[in-house]
Amino acid sequence: MARESGDAGTAKASKAKRQRKKKTKENKTRTVHANILYDHAKGEENPNRHYANNKIKTTKYTVLSFLPKNLFEQFHRFANVYFVFIALLNFVPVVNAFQPELALAPVVFILSVTAIKDLWEDYRRHRSDKEINHMDCLVFSRAQRRYVEKYWKEVRVGDFIRLRCNEILPADVLLLSSSDPDRLCHIETATLDGETNLKQRQVVRSFFDLDCDFDPLKYNSVIECEKPNNDLNRFRGYIIHRSGRKDALYKENLLLRGCTIRNTEEAVGIVIYAGHETKAMLNNNGPRYKRSKLERQMNVDVFWCVIILLVMCLFAAVGHGLWMFQYGDKRPVFDVLSPEGTDLSPIMSAIYLFLTMIIVFQVLIPISLFVSIEIVKICQVYFIHQDMDLYDEETDSHLQCRALNITEDLGQMQYIFSDKTGTLTENKMVFRRCTVAGVEYSHDANARRLAMYQEMDSEEEECTSHGGTLPRRDSVTSHHSAPVVLRSQSTKSHRRTGSRAEAKRASILSKHTAFSSPMEKDITPDPQLLDKVNECSSQMDFMRFHSQPISQLPSDLSDIIDFFIALTICNTVVVSSPNQPRQKVRMRFELKSPVKTIEDFIKRFTPSRLTSGSNSSSSSSLITNRSSNKGCSSMLSSPSAESTLTKLDEEQPPGGLDHAFSPVPPCYDGKPWNLEEGELRYEAESPDEAALVYAARAYKCSLVGRLPDQVTVELPHLGKLSFELLHTLGFDSTRKRMSVVVRHPLTDQITVYTKGADSVIMDLIKPPNTGNSKGKRQKKIVCRTQNYLNQYAADGLRTLCIAKKILSKDEYACWLQHHLEAETAIQGREELLFESALRLETNLQLLGATGIEDRLQDGVPETIASLRKAGLQIWVLTGDKQETAVNIAYACKLLDPEEEILTLNADSQEACALLLEESLHYIQAKFLCSSTDQAAKALHANFAPFEIYPSSSPSSSSHTVPFMVHRLGLVIDGRTLAYALDKNLEDKFLAVARSCRSVLCCRSTPLQKSMVVKLVRNKLKVMTLAIGDGANDVSMIQVADVGVGISGQEGMQAVMASDFALPRFRYLQKLLLVHGHWCYSRLANMILYFFYKNAMFVALIFWYQFYCGFSGSAMIDQWYLIFFNLMFSAFPQLITGTLDKDVSAETLQQLPQLYVNGQNSEEYKPYMFWMNMIDAFYQSLVCFFVPYFAYADSDVDLFTWGTPITTLALFTILLHLGIETKTWTWMNWLSISFSIALFFTVALCYNASCPTCYSPSNPYWTMQRLLQDPVFYLLCVITPVAALLPRYFYRACLGTLFPSPVQVGRQLDKLPAETRRNILSLSRVKVGSPLSPKPPFLSLTKPSPKGCNKKDQRSFSSSKTSQAKKGPVVQTDEEKGRRSPLGPTDSEKGLSDLYTLVPTDVDTLPYTKDTPPPPPPLSGEPRPPSTKDSERLDKTLEPSDQSLSSWITSTPLLSQTDRVQLTLPPDGDSQCVKYTRTSEEGPKSDHTVHPAHRTEQVAQQSLHTTL
Amino acid sequence: MMASSYNAKEEDGHHSGASSHGGAVAAKSKKPDNTAFKQQRLPAWQPILTAGTVLPAFFVIGLIFIPIGIGLYVTSNNIKEFEIDYTGVDNHSPCYSCANNFSWNSTTPCLCSVNFTLEQPFENNVFMYYGLSNFYQNHRRYVKSRDDSQLNGDQSALKNPSKECEPYRISDGQPIAPCGAIANSLFNDTLELYHIDSNGTRNAIPLVKKGIAWWTDKHVKFRNPGANANLTPAFQGTAKPVNWRKPVYELDPSEPDNNGFINEDFIVWMRTAALPTFRKLYRIIQKKSSTTATLPSGKYVLEITYNYPVLSFNGSKRMILSTISWMGGKNPFLGIAYITVGSICFCLGVVLLIIHHKYDNRNNSADIPN
Repeated sequence: MARESGDAGTAKASKAKRQRKKKTKENKTRTVHANILYDHAKGEENPNRHYANNKIKTTKYTVLSFLPKNLFEQFHRFANVYFVFIALLNFVPVVNAFQPELALAPVVFILSVTAIKDLWEDYRRHRSDKEINHMDCLVFSRAQRRYVEKYWKEVRVGDFIRLRCNEILPADVLLLSSSDPDRLCHIETATLDGETNLKQRQVVRSFFDLDCDFDPLKYNSVIECEKPNNDLNRFRGYIIHRSGRKDALYKENLLLRGCTIRNTEEAVGIVIYAGHETKAMLNNNGPRYKRSKLERQMNVDVFWCVIILLVMCLFAAVGHGLWMFQYGDKRPVFDVLSPEGTDLSPIMSAIYLFLTMIIVFQVLIPISLFVSIEIVKICQVYFIHQDMDLYDEETDSHLQCRALNITEDLGQMQYIFSDKTGTLTENKMVFRRCTVAGVEYSHDANARRLAMYQEMDSEEEECTSHGGTLPRRDSVTSHHSAPVVLRSQSTKSHRRTGSRAEAKRASILSKHTAFSSPMEKDITPDPQLLDKVNECSSQMDFMRFHSQPISQLPSDLSDIIDFFIALTICNTVVVSSPNQPRQKVRMRFELKSPVKTIEDFIKRFTPSRLTSGSNSSSSSSLITNRSSNKGCSSMLSSPSAESTLTKLDEEQPPGGLDHAFSPVPPCYDGKPWNLEEGELRYEAESPDEAALVYAARAYKCSLVGRLPDQVTVELPHLGKLSFELLHTLGFDSTRKRMSVVVRHPLTDQITVYTKGADSVIMDLIKPPNTGNSKGKRQKKIVCRTQNYLNQYAADGLRTLCIAKKILSKDEYACWLQHHLEAETAIQGREELLFESALRLETNLQLLGATGIEDRLQDGVPETIASLRKAGLQIWVLTGDKQETAVNIAYACKLLDPEEEILTLNADSQEACALLLEESLHYIQAKFLCSSTDQAAKALHANFAPFEIYPSSSPSSSSHTVPFMVHRLGLVIDGRTLAYALDKNLEDKFLAVARSCRSVLCCRSTPLQKSMVVKLVRNKLKVMTLAIGDGANDVSMIQVADVGVGISGQEGMQAVMASDFALPRFRYLQKLLLVHGHWCYSRLANMILYFFYKNAMFVALIFWYQFYCGFSGSAMIDQWYLIFFNLMFSAFPQLITGTLDKDVSAETLQQLPQLYVNGQNSEEYKPYMFWMNMIDAFYQSLVCFFVPYFAYADSDVDLFTWGTPITTLALFTILLHLGIETKTWTWMNWLSISFSIALFFTVALCYNASCPTCYSPSNPYWTMQRLLQDPVFYLLCVITPVAALLPRYFYRACLGTLFPSPVQVGRQLDKLPAETRRNILSLSRVKVGSPLSPKPPFLSLTKPSPKGCNKKDQRSFSSSKTSQAKKGPVVQTDEEKGRRSPLGPTDSEKGLSDLYTLVPTDVDTLPYTKDTPPPPPPLSGEPRPPSTKDSERLDKTLEPSDQSLSSWITSTPLLSQTDRVQLTLPPDGDSQCVKYTRTSEEGPKSDHTVHPAHRTEQVAQQSLHTTL
Repeated sequence: MMASSYNAKEEDGHHSGASSHGGAVAAKSKKPDNTAFKQQRLPAWQPILTAGTVLPAFFVIGLIFIPIGIGLYVTSNNIKEFEIDYTGVDNHSPCYSCANNFSWNSTTPCLCSVNFTLEQPFENNVFMYYGLSNFYQNHRRYVKSRDDSQLNGDQSALKNPSKECEPYRISDGQPIAPCGAIANSLFNDTLELYHIDSNGTRNAIPLVKKGIAWWTDKHVKFRNPGANANLTPAFQGTAKPVNWRKPVYELDPSEPDNNGFINEDFIVWMRTAALPTFRKLYRIIQKKSSTTATLPSGKYVLEITYNYPVLSFNGSKRMILSTISWMGGKNPFLGIAYITVGSICFCLGVVLLIIHHKYDNRNNSADIPN
């Protein structure tokens, strides 16, 4: 189904393409005129009359169309058609088996249940439609010459709408006027994309310069724009004024329906798209339908049921023919002629009988199964929703199930594909360190501060995890929520009443929007760098004062100041202050737009200005600053007296002298910002930007205002500087950088500041001229910076490079010419702008680089570790660079330091092929010797792609059997991935990848992500789950069997595409391990039970055919027959299917191994269907023949005999359910008693109600008589016992002889909590003797090596008995083999298991390396008397992260870690492949131990390859 | 790709609209309730099926079932039953000629008598059954072929029987009463029992023909049309079933409350048998006094008016004499079944005991694969 949806996606895309084509061909655009011009001409002449109005109708049905339309839709489901067919068949007299009206009942019941559900949903839609349609808005009325209130639904295209602050937009509106002096309008698009930061929208340019208010009556332009489409980020068109002037329209001019106006008192616009043609509505695709794996399997078995049914009918038909035939011409009295009195030939009656039997046996096809499954799934979804553990207090959100029908798939996942940023990490960017001009500033204090935050977090975490309902994060939220509450109340007071919840929400909101948790905001500056900044700015100030050219500044200092300026202004951060809610801080004096025309350019960049630059009114702010500074610095005698200046400034009282000349006193002494300034809020589109701006602020280089044309920066000593913002070349993922073009107020140079990914920026750096010293210095800087960048990346930081470029006026003019052309182009504007940006961003000068940390989310390493233990293969697909990704992978325990890492970097198809082949050979060579023959065979088959995957059916045991998952990690980069995903190589790639324990794909594009998922899903036939949080994960989420979205920082796109939305990554653990497991096992058991139940019931009638001449007669009354499924036996199974828990949630989480149960479909394997069928037939035989013999040759009549059989069958079926039920709550008891009571009540009432009705059975008083008959009771006792004896015995034997892991888990559940915890913490890896605290078990609680040893051996021998566990056992053996030369024997391994499991300690530690290493985790622990001790101690002493992460692992460290690097010489043709095999451990400098450096080596090697 | 995957908020405006209006709802925390039900923590009994836990059940079942079975078996064995086949298949049997010269429309009844000897006296009430085999009274079309309304005395149904009765609905333009195949094939042999004294005299044994049908059938389900006792006018305008020799109102002219539709032989026949081999209660021989046996051992003669043909479908006819106990007629099956199941349970219990003893100690040392 997912595949289908994928297809649908492509179909949609192609459709869109086609539409586009059509559009270009027919040149269809939408022309919008103002409605007021046509107010008098009602309807007919209004040119806008063809466009949809704003009334929305999302309902599917009307009162009249409901019945036919709903029925039509329901008949799309094949099962419904089948049942209706059968019901209709009953109306044919020759073949009818039941009363036709009665036979209709189940179908009608099922159909009406679904119809009522649809109707209810539709009614809800109708109500919400109505509510929305009746919302008010202000529409301009020509008649009244003012804006009047109208309902949303009355808004039409061409209407003028006046919007006030906090109003929701009723339609897509073109912004014509705004009360904002900058002609801006802020909107919040949270309802569209979930991004809560404000977006700016601009008034259409032609209305920009209106001085007075916009008057709709004067409007006489015509708008031409695109046809309605669903692309939220695109809007093109132009407005034609009466004068004939054309102005282009951009998406910046369009306000979309559903957005909220913020910060803008009033705006006026004209409606362009209304109602269903708005972009928001066009994006409203409705829920997706997926079919789960279990359901697919179930459908196969439904098909088998059909086959069984047909076989049974055929058998009966043949039997009837023969039975008829034996009488020949002598027609017995009981063989009644057909109603017409004609004699039927045996063959004809056999044919008729065949049809009759289909009706009689229809119950075999479980009509209520589909309905029951839906009910159970809804309940499951309800319970998942209600789970407190999946509720995130911080964001007040809980898990959302967006797809209602694939809950059980959660229990069957085999592969997880995860995004990194925002999914594994918090996407809360924290500035960590930077390098400027080749000098690194390590920001140690900052690191310490962050470590403190982290500890604080983890402590709270512990508190809450123990306390359960303790208020969370109080300490953190309290100190920044107060101003936020203020803000949100003032902005949203009209829609939310103040309350505690609101405060919480508000704090969430602030956190969310501004990316400004205190951790991100309060950056502790590096003292060295701070000094330099101060020095630099004071020198600059001095030079400015003395009118010295700034260029005389020492280049390292100028670089520093440029670096911070770049950090401050090269972004799109919007500034607001908490006192003026979300109102930007106005620092401007004059309205001015970015350079838009050549004339403008010429006017503004006259030579005089370029040289003098201070006498124009355009830079009055500069003048203010200057004058103020003049006053200030006039007191200073010498520029060199820097220290004096500092002192002086410090001595000045805040409101004193300085205050007189400068609006804000420069403050650089480390004191907090003064109150007047307030706390500026930065609202950034990406968290990186905010982090950088906050970082710059820490160095007193703060952004205080941003307008479309100017950025105001406050610098120490220099005060506020306004940079004239000439252009902003926004970020895009192709360029991977953004630039701003500004005019530097001090130098008046036109400067380009560029910020972007290091890989991109480094290529754009101007090749340094090695001739002079400056060039040499540049080269050194570049070289050093590259080194530091590598180091940052190795530390798992996100790196950004900052560069600048100074443009001469001519260069700028030249570029501007082209750029303006590009901007005004209507066709291909994006491409032209892109090229224009490329032209500008060349020959840059490198300033420095930053390292931003993206913290891991809480509990990610544990979640990954436990998911991995659950047998899930976790692949991380990230767009980050390889080094960063590898290190994050280490930090979250995706990669294990003791694992080998295969790194694949190739730059050509051939090289990639060769690499893959070599990797395969390597894996073969390394693991073949120790693995079984089977694996060897499988490996040999590798190169015949179609023989690798003989397991086309997912049933063929576990996927781990043919391909062992080795302790290998695979790292592959985007480019190599592109080659590897080629048709020819994908099989090899998969063969390599699937034998690796973890796979990491770096630098992958969204398309590649989805291709990888698709490849794995289709080729390996496994269940895949994709989890991500951003728009780049959407395609992956859609392709996977289950898509999970993280409702995190990056908006809602991933959530919209997902089937489940989680607030945090760690909830995945409970979702999969607990809910997935439960949903799967519940549903699987219920489906199996359904099949059993129906087969068992139908088989009773089948056996009877042997005693009624195969005439299709039934001893069970037709009412019982038809309502048995719907009423008598329906409730208990629903209760069990909803509530049954095989293992408790705690145990499931503590023993992730139990998840394998679902992965291998162990609850519902194909053979189980047949086992159930056989059991059903056996049970029905018992239920039939016990009464048969008990009443043989007696005067019993048909229905007096059939009623006990029905009763017996009911008892047997319920008892059977009882055996299968694992948890008996009062609801189970109640439902079973209710079922029995219901049956007897109905039977008694039915049998007493009418003496002449209910032909043909006419069971008057039958039940009543039976209840007086002792034989009836005797039957009721013996038959169920006899019928269920085998199953009961089998279960008991199975439970004793071959207890499944699940059962072990259940036994653990029965132990008291304390004992259970002991056991689980002791034997995490192997669960042994957990049943009762008997001697062997007790000895385990004391860590005696003997006990462990014994236990291990025992478990080994026992595990060999079971086939299913073969894989893991083999692997363990193999591990043993590998380890044996190194010393640790199994007993030690067991021991180390005991002692290395100290999860909580380590979890809380920050993962990055340069934080001071935590106290060695083992120091406080009792140490086992093991030979490995010394080794361990050695390792603990190493201040590397390896010691950190390795302690957590449950297996001892190998004293030698092999790493294989497969690199190819650049020439792809040469067949030489270099094997680099390095022994990492041993007497070496800690340089090699550092995993970071490892990968660095790889990187360098592969760099060679690519060069 | 963006365009196709860019889903807006689920219900677009709906949500925004709803949230802005229903402010109270939005302000409420979405935190789930911490109740045992919602958190799926309902107190529960969690049985685990292992040899150890199941063991007692098996023994208990065994210990309860075996005595019950023995009791049932003894009870069943105490029931005396005598059965005699009078079909007349082989030429030595007394009814051979009757059986072979049969035709439905012969007016002269064919008589035959069968001698038999009761080895043991029959105490208490003795029930006299006729038994048919290979008679598929449970055939689907046969079972349906009746009209309950007509049998309940409904006037309109009497004149216009249900379609289900086809093709035994109308005969010669007149509605058949009682209509349908079941009624049409009414068993019409007459059985009479004579005891032959030691001195050779035949003493007719009084056969009670009332009380053989269900009380509810006789009094609720079946009623004669018309209020008055005289049935002949009530059935005016109806035809007798094709195979019948006499109309329904002459089934038992001697007793008005056993005539017409409420004739008990007719009612018994109308209760279709479940299996092709069945017996139906024919007469009851009531015990005379507590001192003498109802049917003393000795010689008896069964006088049969042989009307009913069974040879065409390889059927057979029997006469059965049986005493009755609280559990009905003689049927050792239930006793045997109880004993068998009890024994099996006991044996399985022993097996489980062994399993438990041998394996349960190291129970669950099975490892969970990691």
